[in-house]
Amino acid sequence: MIEMETTSTNLRTQEMVLNMGPQHPSTHGVLRLEIELDGELIVDVRPHVGYLHRCFEKHCEAMTYPQIVPYVDRMDYLAAMYSEIGYAVAVERLLGIEVPERVEYIRIIMGELQRIASHLVAVGTYGLDIGAFTPFLYCFRDREKILTLFEMTCGARLLYNYIWPGGVSHDLPPDFIRMTKEFLTEFKPTIVELNNLLSYNKIFIERTANVGILPLETAINYGVTGPNLRASGLKWDLRRDDPYSIYDRFDFEIPVGKGWHGTVGDCWDRYYLRMIEMEQSVRILEQAIEQIPEGDVTSAIPKRIKPVEGQIYTRVENPRGELGYFIVSKGGLQPHRVKVRAPSFVNLEILGELCKGHLVADVVAILGSIDIVLGEVDR
Amino acid sequence: MGILDKEFSQENIVITKFEDLMNWSRLSSLWQVGFGLACCAIEMMATSASHYDFDRFGVIPRPSPRQSDLIIISGTVTLKMALRIKRLYEQMPDPKYVISMGSCSNCGGPYWEHGYHVLKGVDRVVPVDVYVPGCPPRPEALLEGLLKLQEKIRNESLVKKVTA
Amino acid sequence: MKTTEEIFEVLKNRYSEDIIGITNMPPEKIIDVKPDAIFKVSAFLINDPDLDFDNLMILSGLDDANGTKTNQPDGSFEFVGGTLSVVYHIESTKHRHKLVLRVSVPKENPVTESVVKVWACADWHEREAYDMVGVIFNNHPNLIRILMPYDWDAGYPLRKDYKNPEFYQGMKVPY
Repeated sequence: MIEMETTSTNLRTQEMVLNMGPQHPSTHGVLRLEIELDGELIVDVRPHVGYLHRCFEKHCEAMTYPQIVPYVDRMDYLAAMYSEIGYAVAVERLLGIEVPERVEYIRIIMGELQRIASHLVAVGTYGLDIGAFTPFLYCFRDREKILTLFEMTCGARLLYNYIWPGGVSHDLPPDFIRMTKEFLTEFKPTIVELNNLLSYNKIFIERTANVGILPLETAINYGVTGPNLRASGLKWDLRRDDPYSIYDRFDFEIPVGKGWHGTVGDCWDRYYLRMIEMEQSVRILEQAIEQIPEGDVTSAIPKRIKPVEGQIYTRVENPRGELGYFIVSKGGLQPHRVKVRAPSFVNLEILGELCKGHLVADVVAILGSIDIVLGEVDR
Repeated sequence: MGILDKEFSQENIVITKFEDLMNWSRLSSLWQVGFGLACCAIEMMATSASHYDFDRFGVIPRPSPRQSDLIIISGTVTLKMALRIKRLYEQMPDPKYVISMGSCSNCGGPYWEHGYHVLKGVDRVVPVDVYVPGCPPRPEALLEGLLKLQEKIRNESLVKKVTA
Repeated sequence: MKTTEEIFEVLKNRYSEDIIGITNMPPEKIIDVKPDAIFKVSAFLINDPDLDFDNLMILSGLDDANGTKTNQPDGSFEFVGGTLSVVYHIESTKHRHKLVLRVSVPKENPVTESVVKVWACADWHEREAYDMVGVIFNNHPNLIRILMPYDWDAGYPLRKDYKNPEFYQGMKVPY
């Protein structure tokens, strides 16, 4: 029998490859992660995407401009209203048409309600990932109220086909303004409640503060946008920095990460920024509801959309970041090419950088804090 | 249940067929694979969250297919995903049931014509028990689908699985 | 804040041979760059303090469909010749100006240079352009398919003359 002396110098360590997903409760859909481990430490994370590739861009080339709207919904299904706003703004700028005042207000009300709904899912499922089940139920309870508002407006809970290029499909129902006001008064205390339940929870802070720190330089070079970029400390919000619609009329703040419980740009910052953004959305909504004028909402919808030869790239601030549409027209009824810059697609790329050197249990915390929607990553 | 409680306040017996007992216990605790694909998965989450409460019917999401009886195919099945779904299904222990939720997994949905990477119906890879239409189906529709599945299980016999 | 014309003049003075010209695609103006020069041009654009294009907003590959169209007996068609393009939308978060660059490569030999070393986020965008349209980026660290399965051998789906296969791994693909 040969005696092997095992010391720290001659001990051979081998890296282990761990496969996470496509079926995993914390991947928020069908994402596959190939994690290279050295013991408990992460050496590298390679995301594999495409398990939900639904050929959106090919459909665009075969459909007319209004027909694309339902497909746009199915891209970012947690913020379908915002995907529609982005598409509508892009087509309107390509055609060079103006939309009525009331439509702009309706869009902003819908968009901000959608932002709250989307952030509620992000926050709720993040709690679920970390191991807190109750906040999830609280978030979904409030989200149902927003979905009720959407449902009374356009008949659908999740995918709306409501905002069209040039207008919206029909006007707000009579009770909408009153019910939205009621919702907002009900919702404001909920944010405090959620904060007490989850944000300041000791275990939650231990799991997320100082984990997955994203420095600002890296964030810009990787094209990270939205709450993830703002958590790293840059005041960059397209609602103010590249204005579209009528966001310049409202008074709201752009929160940035301050490293409340750890370092600037850690998971807790990214999480907490979404909580503050919900408060700001409530502020915008309150102003918009006060100011909304009467008027027609369908008058500017073109009978036939046939832009001249040209191309345009427009972007809007989706709950997850910069949602851009690049549309090339060759003068036909169908676009020649539509390419979508999906915020989740770009934000997900940073995952490998963020996870390096952390423990394997932190992957879930980091992934959840980036808040991806796989429908948008894969399109 | 009130009547049964009274019946069992003293010691008592119930006479039933063994099959009925099996089916009753099977249909009352259908544990599902915690597995979402696309838009419908959000509605599935909403169904199991506070407002609609899937737990009432004994449906609890389990992280592993090896502990589950039910898989809800909630969303578009792509070619890249199809074989993984087949493997998930094969990992589940018998008896196992499949609910196909939404147009996409029923037949390809809005992607049936130009979807070069979409499988036109999950029934091309796994057998489906209940189809729930809608894009996405409302939580009520999913609940209805579950009730249909329970009805189907209730009529099963130990000798042969009901196919229709 | 600089307009496209001003930046074009700067680029033209510096890289006279490699800058082809300005194309007007209303409402956007595009600067056409030769494929083998895109890396050095973009490295200049990000490093020059007056330009400072630090953000690549989107990189898109597209099939221009400008070759000769030949109809096949089975009703499908094919493009012979023509070009594929890669369009870069970049902006400066500091100076707030935007620019559109375009590289056109022949379909027979669609090779251009990668800009991953300039903007890290170009990595997945370039993989997507390769996956969907079939543009090959030299010096890309990991140029493999991203959205389609790794073993997909039926071509590039977003080309206009793409034909879908009948079966993939035993599964029927058409409806």
